Amino acid sequence: MILAFVLVVLVVGSVIFHLLSPWWWTPIASNWDYIDHTITITFWITGVVFVAIGLFMAYCVFRFRHQEGTRAAYEPENKRLEWWLTVVTTLGVAGMLTPGLFVWNQFITVPKEADVIEVMAQQWQFSFRLPGKDGVLGTSDTGNVSSENPFGLNPNDPNGQDDVLIEAQDLHLPLNRPVKVLLRSVDTLHNFYVPQFRAKMDMVPGMVTYFWFTPTRTGTFESICAELCGTGHYTMRAVVVVDEDSAYQTWLQEQSTFKQALAKNRNSTGSKLSLALSKRQTGSADSVYGVIPPKRNSLRN
Amino acid sequence: MTDVTPETTSYLAPAEVEDVELYHPKSFVTKYIWSQDAKVIAIQYAVTAIAIGLVALVLSWMMRLQLGFPDTFSFISPEAYLQLITMHGMIMVIYLLTALFLGGFGNYLIPLMVGARDMVFPYVNMLSYWVYLLAVLVLVASFFVPGGSTGAGWTLYPPQAILAGTPGQSYGIILMLASLALFIIGFTMGGLNYVVTVLQARTRGMTLMRMPLTVWGIFVATILALLAFPALFVGAVMMMFDRLLGTSFFMPQIVEFGESLKYGGGSPILFQHLFWFFGHPEVYIVALPGFGIVSDLLSVHARKNIFGYRMMVWAIVVIGGLSFVVWAHHMYVSGMNPYFGFFFATSTLIIAVPTAIKVYNWVLTLWRGNIHLTLPMLFAIAFIITFVNGGITGLFLGNVVVDVPLSDTMFVVAHFHMVMGVAPILVIFGAIYHWYPLMSGRMLNQAMGHFHFWVTFIGAYLIYFPMHYLGFIGVPRRYYAIGETEFIPLSAATLNEFITVAALIVGLAQVVFIFNLVWSLFKGEKSVKNPWRATSLEWQTPQMPPAHGNWGKELPVVYRWAYDYSVPGAAEDFLPQNLAPDQVAIAKGHEASGVRAAAT
Ligand code: HEM
Ligand SMILES: [Cu+2]
Ligand SMILES: [Cu+2]
Repeated sequence: MILAFVLVVLVVGSVIFHLLSPWWWTPIASNWDYIDHTITITFWITGVVFVAIGLFMAYCVFRFRHQEGTRAAYEPENKRLEWWLTVVTTLGVAGMLTPGLFVWNQFITVPKEADVIEVMAQQWQFSFRLPGKDGVLGTSDTGNVSSENPFGLNPNDPNGQDDVLIEAQDLHLPLNRPVKVLLRSVDTLHNFYVPQFRAKMDMVPGMVTYFWFTPTRTGTFESICAELCGTGHYTMRAVVVVDEDSAYQTWLQEQSTFKQALAKNRNSTGSKLSLALSKRQTGSADSVYGVIPPKRNSLRN
Repeated sequence: MTDVTPETTSYLAPAEVEDVELYHPKSFVTKYIWSQDAKVIAIQYAVTAIAIGLVALVLSWMMRLQLGFPDTFSFISPEAYLQLITMHGMIMVIYLLTALFLGGFGNYLIPLMVGARDMVFPYVNMLSYWVYLLAVLVLVASFFVPGGSTGAGWTLYPPQAILAGTPGQSYGIILMLASLALFIIGFTMGGLNYVVTVLQARTRGMTLMRMPLTVWGIFVATILALLAFPALFVGAVMMMFDRLLGTSFFMPQIVEFGESLKYGGGSPILFQHLFWFFGHPEVYIVALPGFGIVSDLLSVHARKNIFGYRMMVWAIVVIGGLSFVVWAHHMYVSGMNPYFGFFFATSTLIIAVPTAIKVYNWVLTLWRGNIHLTLPMLFAIAFIITFVNGGITGLFLGNVVVDVPLSDTMFVVAHFHMVMGVAPILVIFGAIYHWYPLMSGRMLNQAMGHFHFWVTFIGAYLIYFPMHYLGFIGVPRRYYAIGETEFIPLSAATLNEFITVAALIVGLAQVVFIFNLVWSLFKGEKSVKNPWRATSLEWQTPQMPPAHGNWGKELPVVYRWAYDYSVPGAAEDFLPQNLAPDQVAIAKGHEASGVRAAAT
């Protein structure tokens, strides 16, 4: 009796929570509202099933609870009912899968006109690379990584000389231009995730992975690492700024290329990143965690 | 089809295997410690699994304290947090649930339910437990070695698992891999026993299609485990080589903190394939015994046959088979070839169909039943609604493109806790309340039981249902602290506090349960024989608790399926499986027509 009541409260309460709670997905800022639509369809189909099963059980518990002198019915199977339920379930599943696969096909098919950029990950920061004037990213190799060449670019590749390097700073993207994001890591798994863009993909050392999207509103967005990568995982952030075209061009002018950076690194103390690296190298053997960014409060400014 | 339910037959094939002579223990040590009796081994497995499970529970309190009240507990460092989630996850999945369902319930129930005297290889069965215990001890040792246990996450993904940026790199990861290898060795000894016993040692008349669904669930789950664990085993051995011998199975060229490591050419994704080729079936290794047990609980306590028995058996078999072709749905955003997404999304959503059929048949068993709201029944119904909730969110994550924003967020944590954490645990509780009288001769205390039930059921729902919505916001999993993040509203912190409070309350209710287990052993009300008036064989032994050898002089002979409840015309509302057709008492007024099932 109480159980029937609790089941009803649980089902109705879940629906009310879903409709009224303040927690819902972050407002979208990319073309992937298709994904949101697929989620909405899934919510409807599965929600109906959840409510139906919950309320049906509550009814059974109430109506067929043990009473003196009653006896259960004897009905081992009911072929017609079982087939009927199977067919309806199959239709429901197809109703979710079809739009899902359709959108997945879009997700993995990059439009030809997409700009290409690269995100490089290492414990525990993101860096970015743009192809520069020639529109082509130069080749890279983890073996080339050094304090002078933290991106590990191939110094002899002419395509790489004009690549724009953005080390441990904000990435800017122009509004409404599709962008293919190439992902690379030099140490372990990471994942580049901006919730407002709805897209994410792991970064795997030894491989280049990708996803694409089109930013659809200007603003400043925070990206986080979404694949466990060690102690500093929770501190691994970056900022992505989506600009109008003119603001974007202004920003782009201020960035330096691989060639410039290489020259500068050879003459001076090196980049921010290589500072962090050299600190690690001079640390004693058991201060492995010496490079972990300090705890959250100080970290964020 | 004489062997198909629910007809009763009077002709019985002669026994194919002769009755066996068991090893008879002579001393306390051979009886209770180095025991070869499956029932004692079962209790040993269960006590060990519950003990280590309690450790995992305490670890979860610390994790929840950190998430609910960050910056409050100085003893939880970022390293410690990762070690906590890793040990918690691994213990819960492998050392608690797998061991308890298969080693615990499997050992206790298989021989009794199929009418055997014991497992077919009692000595190997004994070894199985001791190797399992060793695995647990090695795991526990990893808490105490320099550097502590591994913090690689329960998925142990390389390269990170064996690199310096992850806690436990020096010894923790080695002990973890060694412990897993031991567990698999121990499990294989037990697993072969369970399978061969079901296939070879069933008593006369116990056809496969007359077995209780509990046995079907454990049987198929064991086959899955025997096929899936080897993938984890080779993965663990290969990673051990990478860590100790400098091979590069899973290790590409790496520059860590500016230092070039001596690895090159390996593939991190290869490990993920091996892990999930084990890991997905593992979900069903935990789920299928639960499915079987809950079917039997529903049937006994609703006094009604399980609806659609044959469909239920086939669903278990089909789910088991399909569970080997869906593994990469855990890897949609791993960087594997994106075209795999089409195949794995389709296969994953297909599994939903037989799974849904099982759910329908459970609720249809309640329909027109005679529902006794006993403690086992309460837990069984709580299981159904929890499992439906968790299964539904699986349809989100399985549908490849929907998984893209949700994977590695709190949505995933909420999903798998509902479906493979809370749901199977609810079945385990129901099963313990149900079979405790058989094992101990006493009933568990009702009042404590009801307290335990309501707090656990409602509390667990309050923990995990709202957690899905943190995932929608984008709150990532395995985060020591979320800090101030642009897209996360402050109210999310309030929700996290609420979840933590709920988790602590649910945790404390388990203390009451453990107390009840111990207290009732001495002070519990004495149980009558077959207190739930069940039909299956484990309740029909000459003694309760069943003695060594289970059956006295003669093995039971089985005449019917396990679900003859409320048969029209019979005087009693249950007909035990070993009740001969000519022994069935006929209800008044039915003398002419007789008992329907018995007459066919
Ligand atoms: C009331 C009991 C439980 C509580 C409060 C709890 C809490 C948690 C928390 C807070 C996390 C870490 C989330 C994160 O930061 O990513 C976690 C992870 C996990 N839990 Fe539980 N849990 C409970 C029971 C269980 C059970 C019964 C299982 C059995 C399947 C389980 C399996 C796992 C697994 C596999 C992980 C993932 C570990 C990882 O990310 O490597 N938990 N749990
Ligand atoms: Cu990370
Ligand atoms: Cu899976």
